[in-house]
Amino acid sequence: MSTRRSSAGAPPPTTYREALREGLREAMHEDERVFLMGEDVGNYGGCFGVSLGLLEEFGPERIRDTPLSESGFVGAGIGAALGGMRPVVEIMTVNFSLLAMDQILNNAATLLHMSGGQLGVPVVIRMTTGAGRQLGAQHSHSLEGWYAHIPGIRVLAPATVDDARHMLAAALADPDPVLIFEHGSLYNAEGVLDGTIEAVDLDTAAVRRPGTDVSVITYGGSLPKAMAAADVLAGEGISAEVVDLRTLRPLDDATIMASVCRTHRAVIIDEAWRSGSLAAEISSRITEQAFYELDAPVERVCSAEVPIPYARQLEEAALPQVATIADAVRRTVS
Amino acid sequence: MAEFTMPSLGADMEEGTLVEWLVSPGETVTKGDVVAVVETAKSTIEVECFDSGTISALLVEPGTTVPVGTPMASIDSAVAPPARPAAKQPVTPAPAPPPDLQPVPGRPLTRTERAVSTPLVRHLAEEKGIDLSTVHGSGRGGRITRSDVEHAPTEPPPRLRASPLARRLAQSMGVDLGGLRGTGRNGTIRADDVRAAAVDHLPREAEPREPVEKPVLASPAESAPGARAAIAALMTRAKREIPHYYLSTKVDLAAAMAWMRDQNTGRPVAQRLVPVALLLKAVALAARQVPELNGHWKDDAFVPANGVRLGIAVSLRGGGLTAPALADADTMPLPELMAALRDLVSRARGGRLRASETTDPTLTVTNLGDQGVEAVFGVIYPPQVALVGLGRVIEQPVAVNGMLTVHPTVTATLSADHRASDGATGARFLTAIERLLQRPEDL
Repeated sequence: MSTRRSSAGAPPPTTYREALREGLREAMHEDERVFLMGEDVGNYGGCFGVSLGLLEEFGPERIRDTPLSESGFVGAGIGAALGGMRPVVEIMTVNFSLLAMDQILNNAATLLHMSGGQLGVPVVIRMTTGAGRQLGAQHSHSLEGWYAHIPGIRVLAPATVDDARHMLAAALADPDPVLIFEHGSLYNAEGVLDGTIEAVDLDTAAVRRPGTDVSVITYGGSLPKAMAAADVLAGEGISAEVVDLRTLRPLDDATIMASVCRTHRAVIIDEAWRSGSLAAEISSRITEQAFYELDAPVERVCSAEVPIPYARQLEEAALPQVATIADAVRRTVS
Repeated sequence: MAEFTMPSLGADMEEGTLVEWLVSPGETVTKGDVVAVVETAKSTIEVECFDSGTISALLVEPGTTVPVGTPMASIDSAVAPPARPAAKQPVTPAPAPPPDLQPVPGRPLTRTERAVSTPLVRHLAEEKGIDLSTVHGSGRGGRITRSDVEHAPTEPPPRLRASPLARRLAQSMGVDLGGLRGTGRNGTIRADDVRAAAVDHLPREAEPREPVEKPVLASPAESAPGARAAIAALMTRAKREIPHYYLSTKVDLAAAMAWMRDQNTGRPVAQRLVPVALLLKAVALAARQVPELNGHWKDDAFVPANGVRLGIAVSLRGGGLTAPALADADTMPLPELMAALRDLVSRARGGRLRASETTDPTLTVTNLGDQGVEAVFGVIYPPQVALVGLGRVIEQPVAVNGMLTVHPTVTATLSADHRASDGATGARFLTAIERLLQRPEDL
């Protein structure tokens, strides 16, 4: 037993938000080139409270509030990265990131290529994604799949407190632009940090729950739903393996295929719209690489193809839910 | 006025289902034309008519099942078929319809129009064993082009719903998917169905938990219960009514194989002879020499047959078997017999036999050699009085003139009806086969 943890028993749980903040704080302490910029990250403590207290700790030089101009401050972040800094840029939600898409695609993702390898862009861009909090169609979409389409950047989707805590350090160490998508429904999620983990890799997907009958492949905000569905299914004698993609670009084909080869069935949970989605990409790769292992058609559970509704019942009906995930699994195994 | 009736397409046939008319009223037919497709409990057969004239009425709707002998169409034989235009015929101003005339819309195509084709196309179709009436013509006016025939499937395989994994497993485990019932959605065969089938057919003492990687054969199809029932009835009748006796002899094939190899050196691969052709020819000639085994048992007496029509037992992909007739096997030269055999087997498996091929053969041959069997003692196909079984051609030590040597051999067996013949007759028959195979050049 560890001497540090004595009579208290289990270590206290951490929220996803706190884990992100710890990651930021550590990065700022480790490397003076790291700074955070974005709308309301300073005085307000971040729109979702991730950077609360950091302005007081690190000062306005390193925790910088920006005007409401995504294209402007993301471009500034790219420029700072070119200039040798290690900027962390926060965009309020993925919907607003579309204003900065020109900077991300045409500059961040392509400069290394267009400069013949001379100009790396080691910028990290964090943003909130996803629905489920009644924030309407302005703030609720899941567009990370669009970014996962772009060569030249890495796209992360931490779904656990451990990944929230440690992915930032690995992202800052990456010489290329890295986008981190934080699902809005996860900020208050609690988990116990694994004290033995000091760093995480950004290349592999993780099997969050082993199983034998079906591979439930998901990421980000859908992971807790997939885990809950697996619990429900276990009660029916269906053993679901839950795969957390963690990194959306580049996809870890090896882990996906290894799982499908064990279970011979796959259900993909993706909160984005079905057409042209990351789920479609994964389904296609499974068909390409593991066709002769499949014992049932690949199933997908995605969001209804509508702007995410504000009304609670409609929003719930539009999103993948534990019940719809379990239904899809039942279709593949029955 | 003649009648076209539901034909008897086998000794056990009592009724048949009209699948399709290939003629329409007013059309001229000549004796031997294929006019209808009839489905029996055993297979789907193209039926020829036995009269010439004009179809005056079709009396039975497709899909109807009628007893054997029921009039299905009337043929007006008073109207003579029009003479074929000869080359010498004077040119008349009356415009004869060009062969690629556009069909009148709204009227179903007649068989003649559908099969509009050139001699080259007909030749190709015959070579490939394709029934032109089943080919879609993509040329002008529905004309069947050369490319249509070249791309026509010879045997359209039935589409099985099976998962990719199930297909892969079935292949590695040697399970025939055709015989399985799928438990997935829409009857899709899944991996578990294949594993269950493999376990079912493992020997009892085998470990039930290790079914994988053991090549085993799946059960014959449940998919054709009608055909299975027909086989069951026929075989039960054979064993109940026919007192079988069995004889067996080992035939030295050294001379036959050497001759065959010699012949094959000069032939293109597609036309090379295979041992079974020689064996069938020998059986057919032996049947001519020993006519007591070539014929039928009818009304408590043996009726010898004119000519040898060898019934060839063909196992079907979906399970079950059929035994279509190979006519004139005793007189046909070997290369033709080879071609006829290949054609017959492929059409039998495709379910497109002609009526004349399913009416009673005079003697049936079952060849299980390609299944690795050394000898087969079969059940006689009533009302025939004998069945010849051929095993695998196998190299064996034989004593020749007091010396031990190794020759290719085959075990030929005879199951014969003791009502029609005695053991001595059967022995004469097997001896005749053996002798014939020692002089392959005379086959």
